[in-house]
Amino acid sequence: MTKKTHVSFTLNGAAADVLVDPRELLIHTLRERLATTGPHIGCDTSHCGACTVDLDGTSVKSCTHLTVQCEGAEILTIEGFAKGGVLHALQEGFTQEHGLQCGFCTPGMITRAYRLLQENPSPTEEEIRFGMSGNLCRCTGYQNIVKAIQYAAAKLRGETVATSHPLMADIGA
Amino acid sequence: MDGSKDLDRIGSLEGIGCRRKRAEDPRFIQGKGNYVDDIKLPGTLFGVMVRSPYAHARIVSIDTSKAKAHPGVHAVLTAEDLKPLKLHWMPTLAGDVQAVLADGKVSFQNQEIAFVVADDRYVAADAAELIEVEYDELPAVVDPFKALEPDAPVIRPDLDGKSVGAHGKRRHHNHIFNWQIGDKDKTDRAFDAAEVTVSQDMYYPRVHPCPLETCGCVASYDAIRGDLTVWITSQAPHVVRTVVGLLSTIPESKIRIISPDIGGGFGNKVGVYPGYVTAIVASIVLGRPVKWIESRSENLTTTAFARDYWMTGELAADKTGKIKALRVNVTADHGAFDACADPTKWPAGMFHVCTGSYDIANAHLSVDGVYTNKFPGGVAYRCSFRVTEAVYLIERMIDVLAQKLGIDKALIRQRNFIRQEQFPYASALGLEFDSGNYGPALDKVLAAVDYQALRAEQAAKRADPNCPTLMGIGITTFTEIVGAGPSKMCDILGIGMFDSCEIRVHPDGSAIARMGSISQGQGHQTTYAQIIASEAGIPASKVAVEEGDTSTAPYGLGTYGSRSTPVAGAAVARASRKIREKARKIAAHLLEVSPDDLEFDLDGFKVKGNPTAGKTMKEICWAAYNNVPEGMEMGLEAVDYYDPPNFTFPFGAYLCVLDIVKKTGETKVRRFYALDDCGTRINPMIIEGQIHGGLTEGFAVAMGQELPYDEQGNVQGGTLMDYFLPTAVETPHWETDFTVTPSPHHPIGAKGVAESPHVGSIPCFSNAVVDAFAHLGITHIDMPYNAFRVWRQAHALGLDA
Repeated sequence: MTKKTHVSFTLNGAAADVLVDPRELLIHTLRERLATTGPHIGCDTSHCGACTVDLDGTSVKSCTHLTVQCEGAEILTIEGFAKGGVLHALQEGFTQEHGLQCGFCTPGMITRAYRLLQENPSPTEEEIRFGMSGNLCRCTGYQNIVKAIQYAAAKLRGETVATSHPLMADIGA
Repeated sequence: MDGSKDLDRIGSLEGIGCRRKRAEDPRFIQGKGNYVDDIKLPGTLFGVMVRSPYAHARIVSIDTSKAKAHPGVHAVLTAEDLKPLKLHWMPTLAGDVQAVLADGKVSFQNQEIAFVVADDRYVAADAAELIEVEYDELPAVVDPFKALEPDAPVIRPDLDGKSVGAHGKRRHHNHIFNWQIGDKDKTDRAFDAAEVTVSQDMYYPRVHPCPLETCGCVASYDAIRGDLTVWITSQAPHVVRTVVGLLSTIPESKIRIISPDIGGGFGNKVGVYPGYVTAIVASIVLGRPVKWIESRSENLTTTAFARDYWMTGELAADKTGKIKALRVNVTADHGAFDACADPTKWPAGMFHVCTGSYDIANAHLSVDGVYTNKFPGGVAYRCSFRVTEAVYLIERMIDVLAQKLGIDKALIRQRNFIRQEQFPYASALGLEFDSGNYGPALDKVLAAVDYQALRAEQAAKRADPNCPTLMGIGITTFTEIVGAGPSKMCDILGIGMFDSCEIRVHPDGSAIARMGSISQGQGHQTTYAQIIASEAGIPASKVAVEEGDTSTAPYGLGTYGSRSTPVAGAAVARASRKIREKARKIAAHLLEVSPDDLEFDLDGFKVKGNPTAGKTMKEICWAAYNNVPEGMEMGLEAVDYYDPPNFTFPFGAYLCVLDIVKKTGETKVRRFYALDDCGTRINPMIIEGQIHGGLTEGFAVAMGQELPYDEQGNVQGGTLMDYFLPTAVETPHWETDFTVTPSPHHPIGAKGVAESPHVGSIPCFSNAVVDAFAHLGITHIDMPYNAFRVWRQAHALGLDA
């Protein structure tokens, strides 16, 4: 058997220590050892982005990253977004703009969008579509994901935001 | 009462018609969904499949000794281990059998051979590598026409001598069935007498639903209690329970199937797959929970393909384009085992909806099912059973006829529509279309896009030899058939395709609804609660909707074929009305009036002619537990098992404008306008979301998805490297619109919506691509329209010079 390696990193602001085989993928460490099941596994080829985490300020597909590469890293997953019971603007945007259906891609989508908005606080629709193209969704057709990210971007810029789906929009007086 | 106050009450109920935000979202946006691979039971082992690299081979030997000796391995199962339990084969939903683990022979690439159970997925994968299988390769056949040649390889020696299958006579060792419907003689005579006839061959490629979450399960057998619990990615948990009961002889009362959150289904998660059976057996044998999760390539190459239909359509018409008859012949490639998920009686599903939105007096359809060395399936990929194929055929054929006659493609549709006054309409292939209003829907679309201007632009571009692009305009005016279905016509394993709802109202006026259906992203928790809000006056926010656990939910046939709203949604409405009627009696008792003197008013009852006297549902719910009329049972509960009187027939009119670069074949969708009529609209926000998703899956199928095979039977496209899932960059912007034609037989007039955009958009893309070449005499190009395939057409016409 290969000797296991001790790896320490910060996960959503808290210290994490794991003892892993050198071959263990970060997604499995997160999901199997650290009860962090928000990131998901959707493919074998790093195409789908369901496993996206934020690692030292970069979006990373954790299915193609070894845990032993993470010594001393700062890792953010979907579990670290809501603070003190308050949703992050992206989480709010995805709900208000109906940017999710089955929910399987959503943690990766939000985590990727977070980094996109860090890098570009006012992206155009085209920039959002390009910036999100490493994350696949089979349910939404992306249109409402774009709107969700635009909603969050506006809110993070301090602008007043409103859902494009008012509750009673289709019910006349 | 003033209107704004009513609106406030409607708003606080969040009933039918409201854009209610989804009840599902809080857990999903915070990473707290509970998908099958998130299930963690103490002591869980992990299983992986060993699969065949060959498409067709005899198995000479399987040596599992090294794998069994590997540290951390708990069991290795092969067909020999399953034989004493009679579980090495299992019945399929189509009346055939399928090998759970290969029994002496493999018949498709990646067929299941052995199941390795180990401490974790890494150890299991290591051990799987240690299993040595010796094969004696046989010639493979992946073309259904070659499979029917006299000397074609025998794919299913287990059927030797069986000249009659589940659907009648078999005429060849690789033939499964011939299914015919319609009046052949009358149709042939109409063709003989016709002024114009057209014929077109078309191939609908083999594709896969490819939900983002693959299939999987966690099986946990409690040997002391004798209870089997299986968490499973199933669109039909109750059906799975019945199948497991039949296979295992464990009574259904001891089997609990739980569909947790499901990461998309799209038809992929209807069937029962070998991995489920082996995980269950391993759990029973080892006394520990066993998890099996497919990899993406296993998903794309073993569980449940869709389509693979070779179709020939023929239309007979007069010179004005009025259609007199439709004739269809299909050769259906079903792979090595017939595991189609169709209602028992219909081996081609509801393909006989192929007369479409058109009044066609004569029609005949013949479908032959064929075995090939390809993986089994035949599921409805975001559609009702084989409806996508049917709609594709008729919507392409209408265009072929229009081109032959030189009639505008919108006009020929208008000339042939079933007129509104003809509903209910009895089709030539035996279906009764419940409702429709096709003409106004198409007119609305044509006006919205300024169709005449688009045709003028196209004409100008065609006239300009220097124009670098071809412009195509595609139209479809489709009718779906969903909501399977009336039990007199539809069953699965002999169980009628009803669905169910059980509502319990609590003393505080909140409620729980338990359902026989199961959401995979459709938002049932949100929309069923809206139906209850409107029908029983209980605020949607106070209604918990629970699905997927067979130990608590009433029996239902599950969610696929857009049947949730048409069938389960009807059960919700009817159960709600039972609640409302009991509440009426309690209110009458409290108010000391006759029940007939009360009228239901949003969230309570008021006395007719005395609007100040009344009782709210909240007050009535409390009274149900302490002050009911004499002779009435306490409590406020209702159950409804709904067996629909007919299917529902959602329809739509779509228009696609695209531009093709002549030099490269690159195709860009410029505009896509989708008008859907799904009857009563429960939550317009969710409807639009479903339509966006369906259009995008239709775009994927039309523009890039296929699972072709090479001559040796190697499946191509079995990873996301090759299998096209559009990203946000390729996906077009969608424009949506609607009309409302309620279903006359559904309790709230709803018809189902999620699959229409998939069904309707695929031929729309096809029609647009072909339309781009139509002036050059092209009548059909097979999908998918990747740049190479489109360029090949442009090149053949010398357009890329």
